[in-house]
Amino acid sequence: MFYNEDFETLPRPALEAMQLKRLKSVIERVYNKVPFYRQSFDNAGIKPEAIKSIEDIARLPFTYKQDMRESYPYGLFATGMDDIVRIHASSGTTGKPTVVGYTRKDIDVWSELMARSFVSAGVHKGDIIHNAYGYGLFTGGLGAHYGAERLGASVIPMSGGNTKRQILIMKDFGSTVLTCTPSYSLYLAEAAFEEGIDFKSLDLRVGIFGAEPWSESMRAEIEDKLNLSAIDIYGLSEIMGPGVAIECIEAKCGLHIWEDHFIPEIIDPATGLPVPEGEKGELVITTITKEGIPLIRYRTRDITSITYQPCPCGRTHARIARMSGRSDDMLIIRGVNVFPSQIEAILMEIEGVEPHYLLIVDRKENLDTLEVQVEVDEKLFSDEVKHLQNLSLTIEKEIKDLLGVTCKVRLVEPKTIMRSEGKAKRVIDNREIR
Amino acid sequence: MKVEQISIFIENKSGRLAEVARILGEAGVNIRALSLADTSDFGILRLIVNDREKAKQILKENGFTVSKTEVVAIEVPDRPGGLSEILDTLDGASINVEYMYAFVERCGENAVIIFRFDETEKAITTLTEKGFNVLEGERLYQM
Repeated sequence: MFYNEDFETLPRPALEAMQLKRLKSVIERVYNKVPFYRQSFDNAGIKPEAIKSIEDIARLPFTYKQDMRESYPYGLFATGMDDIVRIHASSGTTGKPTVVGYTRKDIDVWSELMARSFVSAGVHKGDIIHNAYGYGLFTGGLGAHYGAERLGASVIPMSGGNTKRQILIMKDFGSTVLTCTPSYSLYLAEAAFEEGIDFKSLDLRVGIFGAEPWSESMRAEIEDKLNLSAIDIYGLSEIMGPGVAIECIEAKCGLHIWEDHFIPEIIDPATGLPVPEGEKGELVITTITKEGIPLIRYRTRDITSITYQPCPCGRTHARIARMSGRSDDMLIIRGVNVFPSQIEAILMEIEGVEPHYLLIVDRKENLDTLEVQVEVDEKLFSDEVKHLQNLSLTIEKEIKDLLGVTCKVRLVEPKTIMRSEGKAKRVIDNREIR
Repeated sequence: MKVEQISIFIENKSGRLAEVARILGEAGVNIRALSLADTSDFGILRLIVNDREKAKQILKENGFTVSKTEVVAIEVPDRPGGLSEILDTLDGASINVEYMYAFVERCGENAVIIFRFDETEKAITTLTEKGFNVLEGERLYQM
């Protein structure tokens, strides 16, 4: 099923021709309208007319989150405020928030791409969408909301929090689609269980989860506990919000990135050079239709790979792999690169381990230490010390064998690791960065 | 012939043991015997109580991880050599003791030893055959 079949299945030569035309146009526009870009292109010694093929994009300088912060709040906007109809901002956990503005056409494109994403996930008109992404400055809530309305589905604007009420409404309103972060979906399942409500008795059919990295084993757990088909969605406020890329329900193998609006590249985060198709690197995105705040070669910090191989669903747009972490939440422990998602994947392979874990990194006598806190529930618990100690040793060994880093597993009581109603906090780094 | 023990996972941080005792006390649950196994990170509290169901339920409601385990209680005369005879018998039959703990009955003449075996049935048969007094759970709960 497609929302916009012509564009979603456009043969690649036509798609690439469209990309080039749009790329040239956006480069011309930012060079003339955004002083930051004029200066950055001039510094790199490149004029807009030098871009003659899509490959030429690699000659352009990158845009970093820092550039958005330094031009806070509106410095990178390419239109006057007269044309801006909406403003969003990222949470800004590290420094000032990054601010993005949308023209009426930007909102229109976003709504369409989100509607395409819903259909790709198997959602259709007539579905009741329980939208538990936060409404507000965060793009999740309104992004999914507008897409749902564009599609013609019924959307319940739940936003985040108030978990008991979420469950009641999901049950009474007959929600068929759930949109939220993957960690919150498991939190909902846990809360429903405590309320004596079985997700299998609900009408939910599809869950669209994003805004934080998650794993294949977490998908299996969510699908089992919530009795629905779990789909991975990708987006970031700097580029647009949710709906930049999404899996198709036919293959559930990689997320189609809507290439008629975005040009993706995968680069080595250390050198900035492209990596071969299929290899992991940092995702870089250029927005080629955005008016409010077009971004050229934006460093997303998300680690993935890309494939241009045909997909069984018929969409011709490239697929990026499930995000395997961020190049900036990557932990370097005694010189070893570790992504929290890798540790999560290991934990989920161990029978009975719940996906609630916390990594505590510290430095003792100039040596990095990693503590992995795991909750002990009834499935893991034993009245014999040796069984629990074996569990700790097994996890420590798996992590050592697979990631090459020594850690200490600490078993903790259930529900002592803080639950989050938004993005889960997985890492506490107590090291002093010198 | 088996006795139900409840086992509770306790994180190694201050006040957790007191919390268990407070919850059980407020629920009117009486503790008959207990043992605490401790490691550097966590402990396992094992209890014989008068009301297992209530104890288990109230602790779970308060967020503790609780399980039930079958153990064996043997009554021995409270005199030198009482324990040794039991252990010799078990050793002779190659039965492993996972852990054990003991208390003296109120009248003071007998001691009760609680055993956790890896082969519970075999242990009960062996000890009964050798004439040891294996206690019924009900007797212990009401002691």
